[in-house]
Amino acid sequence: MLRDLYYTLFEFVRTFGALQLFFLRLLIHSPTVIWRRFGLVVGQVYNAGALSLVIIIICGVFVGAVLGLQGFSNLSRFNAEDSVGAVAALALVKELGPVITALLFAGRAGTALSSEIGLMKATDQLSAMEMMAVNPIRRVVVPRFLGGVVAMPLLAAIFSMVGLLGAHLVCVSLLGVDVGSFWQQMQQSVEVADINEGIVKSVVFGIAASLLAVWEGYNAIPTAEGVGRATTRTVVLTAIVVLVFDFMITAVAI
Amino acid sequence: MQQTRTVELGTGLFALLGMGALFFLSTQTTGGEDFSADDTFEITARFDNVGSLRARAPVSMSGVTIGRVKRIEFDPSALDAVVTMDIDARYDQIPEDSDASILTAGLLGSQYIGLQAGGSEFYLEDGSEILLTQSAIVLESLIGKFLLSGGSDEGSN
Repeated sequence: MLRDLYYTLFEFVRTFGALQLFFLRLLIHSPTVIWRRFGLVVGQVYNAGALSLVIIIICGVFVGAVLGLQGFSNLSRFNAEDSVGAVAALALVKELGPVITALLFAGRAGTALSSEIGLMKATDQLSAMEMMAVNPIRRVVVPRFLGGVVAMPLLAAIFSMVGLLGAHLVCVSLLGVDVGSFWQQMQQSVEVADINEGIVKSVVFGIAASLLAVWEGYNAIPTAEGVGRATTRTVVLTAIVVLVFDFMITAVAI
Repeated sequence: MQQTRTVELGTGLFALLGMGALFFLSTQTTGGEDFSADDTFEITARFDNVGSLRARAPVSMSGVTIGRVKRIEFDPSALDAVVTMDIDARYDQIPEDSDASILTAGLLGSQYIGLQAGGSEFYLEDGSEILLTQSAIVLESLIGKFLLSGGSDEGSN
């Protein structure tokens, strides 16, 4: 019993350390990959970013719209419907934009990354590369990691913008909030520091989500079951890490 | 080849859209009436109580922002607050005997300084001090006054 606990704890610390070393390896290879194999990174930005646009835009519109609805119905108790723009903008830019984008990103792009790399490992493609003196970290893992890191902040910004348009649609067009006060209240209460907080969060989440996805894929047990488990773990771990980091960054920023 | 072109085109569009969104967020949702003047002059005013006035609060005249509060200090010898303001140098014809009061934007809004023009022929310039000032209205003391005057009315009856 105690022995099991010891081994679990030991394994946890060992895995955590291995993850840090893996991250360092990715960082060391990154400049060479950007310099010599830029095309690979572009392809992965396309996979992780451009192909996630549909889900990001649709979810963004509806999250913004529901923020507008909730904000309107709650603020109208205090006759402060005009502040709904400020509420929606602050919530989207600082919290919901980066966090929901990161969760959607883990579901859409993270799973694709880990199952792709995991399947490459299961079908011995990674070993074949090593046989041909091609470094699989450099050829496969780093471009996917960098693609995710680049795509995530852009996706979060698109999510926030589309969300604001959704809130505008609901509040101004449907509920009759004045267009001028909607945007003016927003501009008075949102500061550049708020936008920066959102950008910092989305960059950190992008690094965390991409790292966990490629890590899980690269270390997947090379069987059908192992790849499936790696994909699941990617989503679960990313959700936990993103929400914990979100709390820590917010605590520092305030 | 065609495949690569599609990927590159998609990536380019995606990156442009993302940067456009960042630009939209940083220009359309922030700022508002951000006061920016290249050339300013500095004036001061003394208040008994500045309330919740903060540095960078607007200084406005007839509802137009003409400057910003630069800093707020406590003067230990005169026991009042000294507010230093930067005024846009374009407005160099504000009468010297104008009065400054600390006002609140909206019911629970932020506080700002409102200038009311006087009738002097001399104008405010760099380093001049506004002598006529009105402090911020503190809600608690207002309520206290109201309760007290209500009580005394009842007492006299």
